[in-house]
Amino acid sequence: MKLVDHFQHGLDAPICLTWELTYACNLACTHCLSSSGRRDPRELSTEECKRVIDELQRMQVFYVNIGGGEPTVRSDFWELLEYAIDHQVGVKFSTNGVRISQERARQLAAMDYVDIQVSLDGATPEVNDAVRGPGSFDTAWRAMENLAEAGFTGFKISVVMTRHNVDQLDQFKRIADHFDAQLRITRLRPSGRGADVWDELHPTQEQQRQLYEWLLGNGENVLTGDSFFHLNALGSAPLPGLNLCGAGRVVCLIDPIGDVYACPFAIHDEFLAGNVRGPGGFTEVWRTSALFEQLRQPQTGGACTSCSAYDSCRGGCMAAKFFTGLPLDGPDPECVKGNAEQALELAGAGAAPKPDKDHSRRTAPRRRSAVPVSIGWGPPDDRIPDRACDTSPLAGFSLPEPRRT
Amino acid sequence: MSTDLDPRRPYRLSPTVSLRPEPFGALVYDFATRRLSFLKTPTLTQIVRDLDQYPDVDTAMAAAGVPAGEHDQYLKALDRLLAAGTIHPLPPDEGPP
Repeated sequence: MKLVDHFQHGLDAPICLTWELTYACNLACTHCLSSSGRRDPRELSTEECKRVIDELQRMQVFYVNIGGGEPTVRSDFWELLEYAIDHQVGVKFSTNGVRISQERARQLAAMDYVDIQVSLDGATPEVNDAVRGPGSFDTAWRAMENLAEAGFTGFKISVVMTRHNVDQLDQFKRIADHFDAQLRITRLRPSGRGADVWDELHPTQEQQRQLYEWLLGNGENVLTGDSFFHLNALGSAPLPGLNLCGAGRVVCLIDPIGDVYACPFAIHDEFLAGNVRGPGGFTEVWRTSALFEQLRQPQTGGACTSCSAYDSCRGGCMAAKFFTGLPLDGPDPECVKGNAEQALELAGAGAAPKPDKDHSRRTAPRRRSAVPVSIGWGPPDDRIPDRACDTSPLAGFSLPEPRRT
Repeated sequence: MSTDLDPRRPYRLSPTVSLRPEPFGALVYDFATRRLSFLKTPTLTQIVRDLDQYPDVDTAMAAAGVPAGEHDQYLKALDRLLAAGTIHPLPPDEGPP
């Protein structure tokens, strides 16, 4: 049996899992997979998180991808990071950079077993901030500068590919080289708030080819989280990586309230396997949940079986199909053979499921632009007020020195 | 066969590497380089895991029951693991028992 076949049948423990620590976030990216913004009051406590880490250590899950939300806004984030590392669970965490100060960067550079992914969705502030919000490019850039100055080499710059940044691939590569970092590009998914912007942001067919060609030329030094295997149908040369959907087989997601989903792109009851707060913990969910058992069974290609490219693309991404209203055993919405158009038409408008978990802030995030304010007290010194009402009613008058007796 | 691995010398699993046994062999994770790789047979897994128990590679392979016909193939696999930093030469002062 080939290695990939073993993976299809599932392992006793995930190879790597994503763990979103909080739904709280200082940003409100338009394509957020987890519809993050507000913290959920049911989020796992520090102690509960540590019990999960203990389990991961016992299961020999060598590393976790920690995300959110913005994980570093949890006040116990640094404590949990150290706890994981002390228990042989390496951590790669994703951040928008908001808390990566010079001091934190130096601290992180001195730690083993930690890797960092800074999210950047445009090689220029215009392209980035249109998706991630005003000021977010500068925040990420400052974080990357701090990491590079602290000597943290090889951190990842994580880019979600959209219609507006496919043309910037070479620029992203130069930015990564500039910081002695590694470029990681992943696929936009119609998950969470991504469903709202999917139609305008997902790369065109032409751009998909451009992306595929670029990956064939540069792929060895660029990470993809194995997320572009649906593009393999474009040619005979497979992209580097395992090229398989690992959902519930070798990967999964633990969300901030302890719910376990088949993959990070599938936060919906349809893909909910259980909760780590249950009596058997995460281990039991991973090993015995009905959903995961089912995903580990041989899958049928459905409408795709007769397609010549099925062996290379495997029908694409389960979450992308689900959230665009397509049947799971049909073509991916970005099928490079053009089979999705008809399927989408068949499914009809309104077939896409409503996202059933949403932690978006109800209003636009408050802009905290710093305005220096000081409250004066007493008469201004040697200064003529420019308005009669300025500061003290005695403004402008010099009191005579009290006579000393 | 060009190789840097000396089958008459002792080796060991790198201290930064962990093995997780699996039906197909093992997952290999290097905490220092953060690289994940795979050992594709249980026999190779056994050799690598117990390498430091034997005075040399040849003895370790014999103990794991490597058939004579597959000797060179396993040697090549171990050579690749040496190049990847998964296994290291055992320092002389930490010889096998």
